This record gives sequence, C-alpha cells and structure tokens, in this order.
Amino acid sequence: MARIRLERVAHSYLASPRREADWALKEIDMEWADGGAYALLGPSGCGKTTLLNIVSGLLQPTSGRILFGERDVTATPPDRRNIAQVFQFPVVYDTMSVHDNLAFPLRNRGMAEAEVRARVRDIAALLDLEPVLGTRATNLSADGKQKISLGRGLARADVNVIMFDEPLTVIDPHLKWRLRSKLKELHQRIGLTMVYVTHDQTEAMTFADQVVVMHEGAVVQVGTPVELFERPRHTFVGHFIGSPGMNILPCEVRDGAARFAGRAVATANAPGAAIGRGGGRAELGVRPEFVRFAADGIPVEVTRVADAGRHRIVEARAGETPIRLLLGEGEAVPADARLGFDPRFTHLYVDGWLAGEATA
Amino acid sequence: MTLALKGVVHRVAGRTHIHQTDLELEAGGFNVLLGTTLAGKTTLMQLMAGLAAPSAGQVWFGGRDVTRVPVQKRNVSMVFQQFINYPNFSVYENIASPLRVAGELDAAVRLRVGKIAELLQLTPFLDRRPAELSGGQQQRTALARALAKDAELVLLDEPLANLDYKLREGLREELPRLFAGRNSTVVYATSEPYEALLLGGSTATLHEGRVTQYGPTGEVYRAPVDLLTAQVFSDPPINVARVEKRGERVALPGGVGWPAPRSLADGDYTVGLRPHHVAPAGAGRGVAVQGRVLIAEITGSESVVHFELDGLTWVSLSRGIHAFPVGESARFELDVARAMYFGADGARVG
Repeated sequence: MARIRLERVAHSYLASPRREADWALKEIDMEWADGGAYALLGPSGCGKTTLLNIVSGLLQPTSGRILFGERDVTATPPDRRNIAQVFQFPVVYDTMSVHDNLAFPLRNRGMAEAEVRARVRDIAALLDLEPVLGTRATNLSADGKQKISLGRGLARADVNVIMFDEPLTVIDPHLKWRLRSKLKELHQRIGLTMVYVTHDQTEAMTFADQVVVMHEGAVVQVGTPVELFERPRHTFVGHFIGSPGMNILPCEVRDGAARFAGRAVATANAPGAAIGRGGGRAELGVRPEFVRFAADGIPVEVTRVADAGRHRIVEARAGETPIRLLLGEGEAVPADARLGFDPRFTHLYVDGWLAGEATA
Repeated sequence: MTLALKGVVHRVAGRTHIHQTDLELEAGGFNVLLGTTLAGKTTLMQLMAGLAAPSAGQVWFGGRDVTRVPVQKRNVSMVFQQFINYPNFSVYENIASPLRVAGELDAAVRLRVGKIAELLQLTPFLDRRPAELSGGQQQRTALARALAKDAELVLLDEPLANLDYKLREGLREELPRLFAGRNSTVVYATSEPYEALLLGGSTATLHEGRVTQYGPTGEVYRAPVDLLTAQVFSDPPINVARVEKRGERVALPGGVGWPAPRSLADGDYTVGLRPHHVAPAGAGRGVAVQGRVLIAEITGSESVVHFELDGLTWVSLSRGIHAFPVGESARFELDVARAMYFGADGARVG
C-alpha cells in the first residue's frame, strides 16, 4: 500500500496540443492518502477515465509524474504497479467455480494451495460469496459476477490501490445500493486505498470520503460530500451535485454587497475587494433546500409546483430569473409569494468560482 | 383516445405473465406504469401496442376493439429502453423519418425536427450519424423520432433509464409538458417511484403481473389501498414492521409504542412508515428512538440512513447531506402520525 501523488500531471491525446481544449486532462496536482476512499466524479468527457488510466499505467501522461509512496512509477507498466481494477463489465472465467475464480490470481503467483484456500475463504466471507463458492461463475447474477471481479482484486495482499471504473453500470437498480454499501463497508474493514470513477453522484457521495469533481478536464473541487453540498467551490459543482441542482442567479456587486432583484442579499462568503468594479461575472448560488417563503423576501411569481411525494418542487420566477425551492409536506404556497435565502448557504460566485477563493 | 384493457390475461407456455387486468386509461392523459423489473410493465405495453396478443380479454382504443388489429395498423409510437436508430441516416433524417412516411411537407418537417431537436438538446448534432454520437445522444435521437409524429398512443418503456441523471432530470420535467398540448394518450413505464411522482398524471402500480391500484399519481402515493402498492410506490423501501394494537396503544415487538389510531380494532397489524417520516432527531415530531447506524447512503441532496432498532432494520431519509458514523448509535424520530396500517390480507385499514 502506498500514498499516491500526482505532480503536475496533464494529458492530451493530440501529438502537439495547442489550445486549452486540446487537453483531455489539464494540469493537476493531487495526493491520495494511503487507505483513503476517493471518487472521481463528473459527466462523460470530463477527464476522469483519462486520469484513472494514467494512475493505472494504461496511459502515459503527456507531462508530469506519478508517485506511489516515494517511487516514481510514471514509466512503470500497469502489471508492475500492483493495482487491482474492477471494470464496468464483470471479468470472470465462466467455466470456473467461484472459488477457482478467486484463487486464480493467487495460484498465478505461485501461492501454496493451503494458503490460497484460507485467503479465498476470507475474501468470500467479506463479500458474502461463501454459499456460492462451489457454483460455476456463469450461473451467477450480474452483481454476483461483479463481486467475483472485486474479490479477485482483493485476493492479492500486495495491492497498492483498487480502482473501480463505473462498477455498477450493469447492476439492476434494486441491487445497486446493496453493492454500493458493501463497497463502503469493505473499505472500512480492509483500509485499502480505493479510487472509484463514476458519473453518478449517489455512488460517489456514498462511497467516498473525498470526492474529486471534474469538469472539462479540470478538477473543480475536492471535498467531503457535506462540503460539496453546502459550499460548492464552483457553480458547476452546485449544478451537478444535487437534484434539483443549485439555483444560480445573476447578480450585481455594489458597495461590497451582492444585489439581486433590487435588494442586498447576505452571503456566507464576503465579496472580495477586487470584484464589483468591472471584474467578472457575478452570480449567487443557493440550493433549493436553502430557499424559503419569507414575508419580507424577494417578490416572485410561482410558475409550477411539482409533487415529488416527500416534498414539492416549486418553480418561481423573479423577473426573468427562475428560482427553485423545496416545500415540505403540508407547507402551503402563499398568495403573495416572496423568497428568502439562508445566508449561511448562499454564496457569491465570480466567473463561476466561489468569490474569495483562488481559482484552480 | 381512451385505451381500455378489458379482462386482459397474458400467458406464455403455461405461465401467467399478466393476470386478469381491467384498466381504463384516460384519453390524452399521461399515465405511468410503476413496478420493479419483471413486474410486467413491458408485457402490458406490448399488449397495449398490439405487439403481443392477449390470451384472454380485449384491448379497446377510442371505443373500438383493436385486439386483433396488428401494430402497423395502429397509430402507435414506441420508445424502448434499448434505442434503435437508422445507422445510415443523419440525426436530422432519423427524427424526420416518421414525418416523411406520413408525407409531411419539407417546411413542416424542418419546423418540427428543429423544435424536437432543441428540446432534446440535439441541435448541434443534426448532421451527424448515430454512430458518431455518445450513447446518451443516440437515445435522445430515438426519443426525438418517437415524439416527432403525433401518434394517438405513445408508449415509453423506461426511456430515460440509460441516461445520466442531469439529463434525466431535465427530460422528466419536459416530457409531460411536451405532451400537455397534444391529444396523444401516453403510457410511461418506470421502476422509479420518484420519477413517477415527478411525471405526475395518473399511475398504475404493478406487482407480479397484477395492477394493484390506478389513479391520480399523488393519490396512489398518499393513499395506497394495500401494502403492495405502498411498497411498489416507495423508494427507498417503505419501513414495514409487525405491530400489536391493544387498547389505546400500538407497539412494535421491541416495545416501542405510541397512541393507537381510534379506528383500529385490537389485533396484529403491519405498520408502514415511509423513510422520510423517519427523521434524524431534531424536529421533535413523533416517537424518539435510538438506533445503531448500519449504512449511510448519500445522494446529491439527501441522506439515507439504515439503522437497527430491536432487531429490525429501519430506513431514514432526510433532506441535506449529513455525516452518519457507521456502527455508532444515533437518535431518530418516527413520525407515527403518518403511519399506515395494513391487515393480515394486506389491505389498508388505517
């Protein structure tokens, strides 16, 4: 096991990248602690798979270094990095039993048979595969097969990191949460570094202690699920995480205060001194969870109320700007609708970035 | 037009896939079929479309028995979870194809394709071939084609299941609006209760080949007639436990109890409590309990916690993202005023 460090790693699939857009992965610096659970989260094309392939060694970065502990592995081929990978589609030997599937990587390395048996038993216990050890892999359901893929990764004791590439894609929705929780539990029990690539916020937020949110080849935020929810560093994070996403409202900054719909709006972050005088596009970000009907608030027109069962999603408009809020069961939409924002969770963004924070 | 299934049964090789079903879908309405995988949603849609013939019973459409009318002779458009496009046509021609078949003029085709493409965010890709698109874009192309013509019956079988959730979020909102101004009767199959709610309209809940309830979506959700309906229409799964009602109290096997609803006779019942009616302590609503956290699941904007209480697993869903340390004890509140009670046969009794 080892700490993993990426130093100024960047990648372009073009021979001579010129423009910003030519880089699939813009220069990043990152450190993954030994034993941590990380998720790389972003929409397709955001660079997360490129980053994963660079760490696993399937791809040589255009520039930068990768270190496992103190060892520079930038030029080390994948099979010598001691990485276990679990892919979208389970990779199993259909004709072998579950036991032999799990034993395969161990026997390959010449482990004594008694030791193989003990190790396979441990892994099977971890993954609830004991009852099917004698079953042929081909007879298992998709989630069972994916557990075997996972188990083979875990079987080896010398693994530096386990990487998951959208591992739940082929799993039935009703079984997804079980496997998702199993992975989390597994991480807590064995303490191996795990990196999980996904476009699904629930998978990322549930699994990881630290979520790396990527957008257009760049890392826009690294944070705990609570941080991503309560204090998105970039409007993309606010939009991408959460359903419905964060409201992003064009605003002005005057005399050191954010103004929206003709009123000063209190924010959690202070507008930097530099902005307000022709310095960038200013926006307020506030999640629907933190918008309330308030008698002294901003007048709005309610355009639609969608019943989502546990809450209603209210769509309102302040002038031309749409604003959403959540309404609990039994809460009414007032006739004279006015909205207030919770200042602890209302943030000012300049050119997409949380004001007062250095950009990436 | 009204679509009616009258005593429809579907059997394959001696196995009954759809038990006797009577269902009348509102003309021009947006109807949701809600059920898990293998509940019979796809089979029911095939029967509606004429892709499968019922073993017994009839299918009526617009006051006409269409049971024996083949699918080609019905004005039906369909979208399935696995999308199909014409590989040699551009996206534009893919979307335009049903309009061309219908003999629409070029100007009308352009207008319609333009509008649908805009809605499905396909405008930049109109000149491309399907193979040059991402999976999501290919699926949107197939969806656009199905929406291009004004079919009397539109069947959508989990059309958003393979799309990423941000796109799904937008389309889920747009779809009912898109059909609102048209006369098509829409049937939309989904396995996701939350999606059914947001789509609105009417919902039929389906369980193992039987329609358990049909009515306005919000009503089926809030007033399920039986336990199966409540279970089908709850994600995360509704909390279910045995309770005993004696005198003025109902109690769980572990002893946690609360005042009984007046309408309930003494006896044993199953209580159902939706996960969002089990909240982390704080609101002061309902019965306070202490549980051991087993699993914490975090969506983008909600926290789902599984905890153990007297040997039973309960699920709590709360707004916002909260950290719950797994294995540790935490306090929750059961909002028992919202509890539903079911009798031995599963029928709702309180």
